[in-house]
Amino acid sequence: MVRLSDLSEFEAEHLLALDCPQFSDSPFAEGPDLKDARVALITSAGLSRRDDSTFRPGATDYRVIPGDIASGELVMSHVSTNYDRTGFAQDLNVVFPIDRLREMETDGTIGSAAGFHYSFMGATEPEALEESARQLAGLLKEDKVNAVFLTPV
Amino acid sequence: MLISLVREHTEQMNPPRALWVPFDLGRPMGAPDEPDFQRRVLESGLSLLAEKSGPVLADFPDDAPGSKPEDMSGWVCPVNLAPADADEAESCLRAQLEQEMTALQPWYDLQLEQKGRTTVGVGADNIRDSAKLIAGFLEDPSIDSPCDYRPLALMLKYNAEDLKAWYFEAATAQPGGSGRELADWFWKATTAGKSLLQLASTMRACDNKGLQALGTKGIVPRAYEHLVP
Repeated sequence: MVRLSDLSEFEAEHLLALDCPQFSDSPFAEGPDLKDARVALITSAGLSRRDDSTFRPGATDYRVIPGDIASGELVMSHVSTNYDRTGFAQDLNVVFPIDRLREMETDGTIGSAAGFHYSFMGATEPEALEESARQLAGLLKEDKVNAVFLTPV
Repeated sequence: MLISLVREHTEQMNPPRALWVPFDLGRPMGAPDEPDFQRRVLESGLSLLAEKSGPVLADFPDDAPGSKPEDMSGWVCPVNLAPADADEAESCLRAQLEQEMTALQPWYDLQLEQKGRTTVGVGADNIRDSAKLIAGFLEDPSIDSPCDYRPLALMLKYNAEDLKAWYFEAATAQPGGSGRELADWFWKATTAGKSLLQLASTMRACDNKGLQALGTKGIVPRAYEHLVP
């Protein structure tokens, strides 16, 4: 579990030493009621469809994941080795909860799941991702998405 | 809404809505094959949409199922991977790797039948080709990349990850192993793990900068760096 106190001193020091971007403000906006929420999943796990190009080190682009993707169609090409991949090997939803989202749509907990979801490869300088992120925001608006659920690895 | 795996990072970045979870890196939704628990995490995160002011950083209250030391099952590999005899122990790494994969193949096939899914296939279409590439590089680091549009360093990286994934999928045909138990097994008790440790060492010794870079940071996790020859 990632309480730093539960990690080795070496690992905890490494994580604490990482530079995190800091912002002068936080773009808080009112959220939709859940029953009106159209939710997209966005992950930095480096996921892509089997027939799509894989992520390379330093990648700043993203991959599109259709909403009706079958779990076996997604592979992971993240560059880092320093996180557990055994969970993903057993169950896509531990990284990318697409089945859980579909269930919430089916039982009416949320308004709808987005038509498309997305993946970045997170081991990249955050500032380098801004252009792609802004482009992606436009795609989300076109898809009428009003809520995103972001999963790191 | 952002899942936060390292609370200290999220405190610095201050996103509008975040849910810190006490889960391992690589497991933002807690645990595999725990749909009810994953659903709770998803619902907890999405419930933050109702917050009228922010930024908000909430804490998910529960550890992932099976994550506490007392939950560890003492998982063991379903197959005895020790060399059958002295001759096998003396055989080259390529032959040992093939023997080991042959022993694990039924378990990989069982997992594939159970789950209907594999995560293998980033580097090569056939896992035996992945093993051959890695063994071939160890025998002769001057080989060319087998792919026209991917440099050798990237091919070795992708195929190393495929090899790990194949082994993890075979091992988890018998459920119960934690991420730590599975990783320890792979890096400390398999020929594949030994191969990748040697791969990292050999890549680092090459003149090519790409091989050096990925050999240094892209093959062996920091937690097992001390095993690299």
